[in-house]
Amino acid sequence: MAKLDFDLPKLGPNLEIPVLQPDAMRGVGPYVAKPDHQAPLGFPGELVDDWHDVAIAKMGELLGKYRSFKVYLDSCVKCGACTDKCHYFLGTGDPKNMPVARQDLLRSVYRRHFTLAGKYFPKLVGARDLTKEVLDDWYNYFHQCSQCRRCSVFCPYGIDTAEISMAARDIMDAVGKGQKYCNEIIGKVHKIGNNLGLPEPALLDTLAGLEEDIEEETGVAVRLPVDVHGAEVMLVTPSADFFAEPHIDGLIGYAKVFHQAGISWTLSSYASEAANFGMFIGNYENMRKVSLRIRQAALDLGVKRIVFGECGHAWRVAYSFLNTLAGPFDFLDSRYPVPQHICEVTHDLIQRGALTLDPSVNDDKVVTFHDSCNVARASRMGNLPGGQFEIPRAVIRAAVNHFVDMADETIRDRTFCCGGGGGLLTDDLMELRAKGAMPRMQALQQVVEEHGVTHMAAICAICKSQFSKVLPMYGLPMHMIVSVHQLVGDAIQLGTKD
Amino acid sequence: MSLTSILFASAFYFAAAVLVAGLLYRVVDYARTPAPLKIPTTPAPTTRSGVVLRMGHEVLLFSSLFRSNKWIWLFGYAFHVALALVLVRHLRYFTEPVWLPVALLQPFGIYAGMVMVAALAMLWLRRFVVPRVRYISAPSDHLWLLLLILIGLSGLALKFVAHTDVVAVKAFFLGLLYFDWQPLPGDPLLLLHLTLVLLLMIGFPFSKLLHAPGVFFSPGRNQVDNPRERRHLAPWAADLENR
Repeated sequence: MAKLDFDLPKLGPNLEIPVLQPDAMRGVGPYVAKPDHQAPLGFPGELVDDWHDVAIAKMGELLGKYRSFKVYLDSCVKCGACTDKCHYFLGTGDPKNMPVARQDLLRSVYRRHFTLAGKYFPKLVGARDLTKEVLDDWYNYFHQCSQCRRCSVFCPYGIDTAEISMAARDIMDAVGKGQKYCNEIIGKVHKIGNNLGLPEPALLDTLAGLEEDIEEETGVAVRLPVDVHGAEVMLVTPSADFFAEPHIDGLIGYAKVFHQAGISWTLSSYASEAANFGMFIGNYENMRKVSLRIRQAALDLGVKRIVFGECGHAWRVAYSFLNTLAGPFDFLDSRYPVPQHICEVTHDLIQRGALTLDPSVNDDKVVTFHDSCNVARASRMGNLPGGQFEIPRAVIRAAVNHFVDMADETIRDRTFCCGGGGGLLTDDLMELRAKGAMPRMQALQQVVEEHGVTHMAAICAICKSQFSKVLPMYGLPMHMIVSVHQLVGDAIQLGTKD
Repeated sequence: MSLTSILFASAFYFAAAVLVAGLLYRVVDYARTPAPLKIPTTPAPTTRSGVVLRMGHEVLLFSSLFRSNKWIWLFGYAFHVALALVLVRHLRYFTEPVWLPVALLQPFGIYAGMVMVAALAMLWLRRFVVPRVRYISAPSDHLWLLLLILIGLSGLALKFVAHTDVVAVKAFFLGLLYFDWQPLPGDPLLLLHLTLVLLLMIGFPFSKLLHAPGVFFSPGRNQVDNPRERRHLAPWAADLENR
């Protein structure tokens, strides 16, 4: 592994609150979007001349459109409850990574322009003008928030920094200072249909190759169908599932589940992406446009159900927003929720005895589960609150014999982000990603030492990519990270139900 | 009628008007601003009554804060409960005859006053000794605590150090309620106590004290988790569909 050009935090026996290190993560932020990346999303190509006035006007517009934004800016009492909850603060010690301090970067400008106290007594209430320096600080530090919502769990008013950072990014896009990584990707989805810009022929080719691999390995012809008209299920999955490790083994797992359950299914080449980066940049119109592709694909293919693959922020948009953004889905089978998570589907099938799983296949593994932040704190599975914790665990337990949870304060709704969510999974933010992963790595290290954990399962494409990258930095094996449906896929006894 | 009495009577009408109008304006503004997406912090209740229960826990027990930080919870909760008791105790100045529960709670109100000042002092101390909290504190964060502490101390001093004519004070406030102005005793300590309260009332709708109405409007806490069952379309978002 290449030597790191920054110091990683040490993994201690306990998670320590770091000493404040002002400006530890000061910098210019991730690469700024070029005009080519901005235009397809409807944003100005570069910083506009009257950016100050445009930014303030945009802030005013968002204050009128989003109750969360307004109430959260007004309600903070600076109690400090959130100050030690952000993984980026814990990993970097930079005080501007404390959720309240991150919010204050924007709140100070809000107060100056939209409150009486800030207009007349700016110093008293910590209000300040939007200068170029402030804008640069926004760009840097609002791209050090993965919108994981951990702070909001602990806030007495439920103030969610994700809402503030989404608004900040929307404002920055409006003045022409967008983030390259997110905006380039959204442009690819608008144009081609997935984050990778993988065109249909390449997709077909990849999947055909995979089908051969599965048949070679198992002797069973498991299909990975694309654009099959009239299939029962349309599966929408993150495009990383088509090529990245360990994602691809999850995709094989979904295919085996559908195969054994005898459910006809298809992928769509038009909507070949579950992720919706429109949420990361806080832009309703782009998020809606991406969502509408899924509706269109479901209509075109005449499917009866929509199922989402393993993807964290995607599941948030799918579960919480899809019906609102692209509904109503009254043309689908009303006996099933729209959309469903693949874990819900697999769980139901296991309950009904429709799958034959042999967990002893995975006896070489001691598995733990990483609750992906947006699944945990911004969505649900099943009918009961908390199903997003229980259902994936139930699926894993059906597929493995040895399962251990990490420390209570690091799982379920108190889970730590992997460090790469919210549009930060880009190489130009590697130092941030590595340091932000520290709290999760610490909890993992603990169960490795105490319980001999060998694998960590996850249901998010970003988590999987991020962990593949950072595990080795912390001296843990890269292949520890697995898809939940890889465990399922390995345990399924194909041929037993045919 | 002394000039002081007239000044204070006018000031209380003004402050009450600012407080009520200011809060009403905020509440109406919050209520009118759409929440275009379902963003409850999950796990969240799936029914309306579940949300009432969740909100009840938050408002009456500060349950999220309890999970977050036991010290802030202890001092913050002690302060708010004590403040509530102190306010109840003060109802005796505005009711004739005094309501029975208010009468019964009188002695507790005094202890509450002491607890309130102590809890506020601890909250203020945190702003100096915990570096993270010191970092996020603006001058106004200190001043609100100072103001509340001074209100508490001057109130306690009126009880334990320099009594005022409470019967006359009550007559003054009842007079305000019934538009039949009565003189206010001129004790400096009383006037200080009341001046500080006036500042609190006027500043409330323009400050972080808006967390009081704000918590009820927090989408993270007050939304029902049912986005798959129901669309949640804001009017401005619905307009996009009609384009």
